[in-house]
Amino acid sequence: MTKPLLVFNKNGIFCEQANVYLDPWYPVDRAIISHGHADHSRYGHRKYITHHTNVLIIKHRLGPINVTGKAYNETFVINNVKFSLHPAGHIIGSSQIRVEYRGEVWVFTGDYKLEDDGVAVPFEAVKCHSFITECTFGLPAFKWTLQSKVFEDINHWWATNKEDNQTSVLFGYSLGKAQRLLKYLNTDIGKIYTHGAIENMTEVIRPMVDFPETTRITKETTKKDLLGNIVLAPPSAHGSTWIRKMVPYVTASASGWMAFRGARRRRAVDKGFVLSDHCDWQELLTAIEATGAEKIICTHGYTEIFSRYLREQGYDARTESTQFEGESSESETKEEVDKAS
Amino acid sequence: MRNFADLIRKLDSTTKTTLKVKALAKFFENASDEDRVWTIAILSHRRPPRPVNTTLLRKWASELSNIPLWLFEESYHIVGDLAETIALVIPNTESHSDKSLSEYLSEMIALKAEDDDFKKTYVTDHWRQLNYYERFVFTKLITGGFRIGVSQKLMTRALSQTTGIDEDILAYKLMGKWDPNTISFEDLVLKEKASDFLSKPYPFYLAYGLETAAADLGAIEDWSIEHKWDGIRSQTIIREDHLFVWSRGEELVTDKYPEFHPFATEIPNGTVLDGEILPFPDKAIGTFKDLQTRIGRKTLSKALLEKTPVILKVYDLLEWKGDDLRQQPFVKRRAILKDLMSSLSSKDLPIYLSEIVECQSWDEVAKERDRAREMRSEGLMIKRKDSTYQVGRKKGDWWKWKTDPLTIDAVLTYAMRGHGRRSNLFTDYTFALWNANGEELVTFAKAYSGLTDAEFRKVDAWIKKNTIERFGPVRSVTPKLVFEIAFEGIAKSSRHKSGYATRFPRILRWRQDKKIEEANSLQDLETLIPV
Repeated sequence: MTKPLLVFNKNGIFCEQANVYLDPWYPVDRAIISHGHADHSRYGHRKYITHHTNVLIIKHRLGPINVTGKAYNETFVINNVKFSLHPAGHIIGSSQIRVEYRGEVWVFTGDYKLEDDGVAVPFEAVKCHSFITECTFGLPAFKWTLQSKVFEDINHWWATNKEDNQTSVLFGYSLGKAQRLLKYLNTDIGKIYTHGAIENMTEVIRPMVDFPETTRITKETTKKDLLGNIVLAPPSAHGSTWIRKMVPYVTASASGWMAFRGARRRRAVDKGFVLSDHCDWQELLTAIEATGAEKIICTHGYTEIFSRYLREQGYDARTESTQFEGESSESETKEEVDKAS
Repeated sequence: MRNFADLIRKLDSTTKTTLKVKALAKFFENASDEDRVWTIAILSHRRPPRPVNTTLLRKWASELSNIPLWLFEESYHIVGDLAETIALVIPNTESHSDKSLSEYLSEMIALKAEDDDFKKTYVTDHWRQLNYYERFVFTKLITGGFRIGVSQKLMTRALSQTTGIDEDILAYKLMGKWDPNTISFEDLVLKEKASDFLSKPYPFYLAYGLETAAADLGAIEDWSIEHKWDGIRSQTIIREDHLFVWSRGEELVTDKYPEFHPFATEIPNGTVLDGEILPFPDKAIGTFKDLQTRIGRKTLSKALLEKTPVILKVYDLLEWKGDDLRQQPFVKRRAILKDLMSSLSSKDLPIYLSEIVECQSWDEVAKERDRAREMRSEGLMIKRKDSTYQVGRKKGDWWKWKTDPLTIDAVLTYAMRGHGRRSNLFTDYTFALWNANGEELVTFAKAYSGLTDAEFRKVDAWIKKNTIERFGPVRSVTPKLVFEIAFEGIAKSSRHKSGYATRFPRILRWRQDKKIEEANSLQDLETLIPV
């Protein structure tokens, strides 16, 4: 029996033939990075390879690093192993990583979703033999609504709050979710204010995407400035002293977890909008079918349940434990947010 | 239904009490009388009997959503609410229903008598036709237990805003037994009828736990001290030769305590007593565990009545000779109560006065509190001598000063996902102590509360990484984390693996400084049993 092309070891997903790691969680020599969220792009690797757009993002997050940018579908060879990046549709600059050696093809999804969100390049299915997939929302209880409908609800919520003389505070992760929200907020209703962590990240992305105007919240911003307008803030700002500036305010969170009433109550937000940058149950099944893969490896999320279901559907499916965290703590670290408050 | 589902959606969309009340009041304003009555019934936990058992609901939901039953069950464990799980997995539609809430409830009451095929068609047709929120509410009406973050108190407040009737009077009207299927809104809420009042209890006045040093309450002369009995709070009513015994859960429990039936003829009509039902085996106050043998028992055997008789320990008089005494000062009510009790003393009834403990100083009060376990009480009640009998939980005049709980350090061994706002988080824990030779951990208690949300999240993440085995919703975990567990009492028990039953165990704190070897043993637990 030959060795598998990709194995899971203590540092991450490893291609021995090329001596390369995919999204490793401990420092290694050479890392191919799927996207810019903190649980996938970590400090301390000697060399980073990632999509051109993500180069800007991880440089902003990680500081000066040795990083090479690649285009989607551009093949690069390391010790006879062919690598290429393909759109994952998760957030701007996110990729699936295709690995080919002697005719055998593996694809690692990183994180992904199928709906075109208008900010990230939409997901493209890549044919492969083995498919390493996330399944953050791998339960039939998760079914997303079209984002056009969700944004209608969000803008309606904002307009209603404004009528009631309240400031709207909307929570979303500073990389990805925040820009997706920003893109579709209706500025006819009012002005968009941003938390520093979100403004910093948006500045990096603004040259590539057409966003509405935003105003950074500073010490000089007054309650009166904010009243009736909308504030985009990272989830960790909830319950902080920073948020007292917004009084009187109404809070909402935009996340896949908002599908559960319990999760909404636990986070003590007034309103939950179900909006995720990950696949729902049906999207996962659709994506897997489109790859034509027979071997499926489920990494983070409801892995045990999802792989059992896949096995019943006739796939050779198993789970591997990783240190990826899905939608629970993605993107920013607490220090990044605190610094920018 | 559309309006009711919309109300539930609105209540779900805010954490602010004022907005919830506003949404409810607006609903009450616009709803039909039938829907008003049913809404009051549902929000005060008076739902019709469950027309379909949940096993069938699960089966049908998994068929309709085209997923295997095990996958539905796993989803349910994670979502934490059956109606919500069903609403989530079934394919979505945007359509509405024109039927009213009361029409649905009438149908569900009739449904109970139908055969399974009919039930299946009825239920699955609705699942297919209703949008997410209506589907959720529809299913919730079937499964019952409508807990949606609206207390009866909030509901009463909203109803008061709509009708202009005083909140306390409304609370009084809504107490007790009434059938939403037959009563009209006029009869339940608007009209006043003398006969309704025969069995009606008064809303209970509840005390807060003491927050400061007892001495900060001021002059000891202004306060009355008695023990806080550990039984079932109850109101005993004697009117027109009838006896009614109410528990604090507003449940009529007269039939469960035949010992009290002679009160109907021996205590004068127009009397309402506030007191505690206590177990009285061997002519002495027993433990709450003794009382548990009586609670929930549908038929009472002669043997049980002999083994565990009950008594009523009375501490307040709310009505005397048909007059409402609640606005009288506490000492005056007690004086009449004392007279009543001495007039009964020759009759050998199972009724006792909760004695006032005379204390000259707060130090003496503290000493009396130390005697609580010996007295089989939970601590002390401190009542202002001139206090009126108020409605609900109010600060200021009545305080409870409980004994410090017993505590022990135990090891986390099993975890289960919580429900409601804790769904999808492992928050329900089982704890173990070392056995005699210190080689084996033996389960001794379960606890669900006591950690902060942040701590629960941390422990939850740890559990997910340290699972040994899964048994449905339960996981066994590597014995590693130590917690200090507090509880109110302990008794020997043959039904528990450890041999001991604890009362109201909860987590006091996470002992991150302790290793499992430092956790306590069953012998340590035994030393806590009062002699």
